[in-house]
Amino acid sequence: MREQAAPTRPAARGRTVRHPSPKEYIRIAVVLGAITAMEVAIYYLDLPRGILIPFLFLLSALKFALVVLWYMHLKFDSRMYARLFMIGIAGAMTLYIVVLLTFRAFAG
Amino acid sequence: MALAGHAVESEHEATSTGLPNTKLAMWLFLASDCLLFGALISSYVLYRGASVTGPYPGEVFDIPYTSVSSFVLLASSLTMVLALAAVQRGELGRARVWLLATALLGMTFVGGQVYEFTTFYREGLSLSTNLFGTTFYVLTGFHGTHVAIGILMLLTLVAMSFVGMVTQRNSMAVELVGLYWHFVDIVWIVIFTVVYLIPTGT
Repeated sequence: MREQAAPTRPAARGRTVRHPSPKEYIRIAVVLGAITAMEVAIYYLDLPRGILIPFLFLLSALKFALVVLWYMHLKFDSRMYARLFMIGIAGAMTLYIVVLLTFRAFAG
Repeated sequence: MALAGHAVESEHEATSTGLPNTKLAMWLFLASDCLLFGALISSYVLYRGASVTGPYPGEVFDIPYTSVSSFVLLASSLTMVLALAAVQRGELGRARVWLLATALLGMTFVGGQVYEFTTFYREGLSLSTNLFGTTFYVLTGFHGTHVAIGILMLLTLVAMSFVGMVTQRNSMAVELVGLYWHFVDIVWIVIFTVVYLIPTGT
């Protein structure tokens, strides 16, 4: 009786991408640390809310972008991952900004 | 910044997208987790300054203490990428050290959060004291739970590396846990700004 061959698994595919070196990772960490220190320093300055809040959001967005692009490798990997993640972020931001506006969360 | 990095060849089974399904699924999960944290952050923002009884944020927050916690979590992101770089270069021993360092920094962060929660509770802020207490504990508690799950994943990776399940050619598990860990970090970046640094005016 002839033995039935086991179903073959699809061939493995290799994909070569370029990731940053450990030195670059450390440089990014130093920048992230410096931005955090700046955020905390700004908190203690007696700035008007109209200046303080946008500035804090700007610094926060910068940190967010550095981690996502360099540590999560979105700058180097396939754009498909970036698209997926952006759909999540854009969806969440749109949905919740509409909710907050509906409940007048920013009024006064 | 110059790209003086290293080439990484990841091996995976053939897929219709040409990308590993596990990594695609992880990004999809992270995208969906944005909606979860978006809901929790929005709830906090919505009820910001709406509490009619104290304690209020300005009375309980200790910004220098939380800043140190933020530095600890940022440092853990660095050790996580260094672990991934090490495993991709085939330096398994070094990768284990970085993974354990990441887990240790994560434990320090969670320990700090437990201490913070305990202090707030002693100062009269419980989950049901006011709207601030409810939204604050739920948001930061969910984040802390994510960190705790990440720690378990990191320790599992270390154990897997001893039985040959994490190798240079099979580094995807480290990459996936890394993505999760960095996501937890970016969520904290937002929480730190929105919850702790932006004054409520109360």
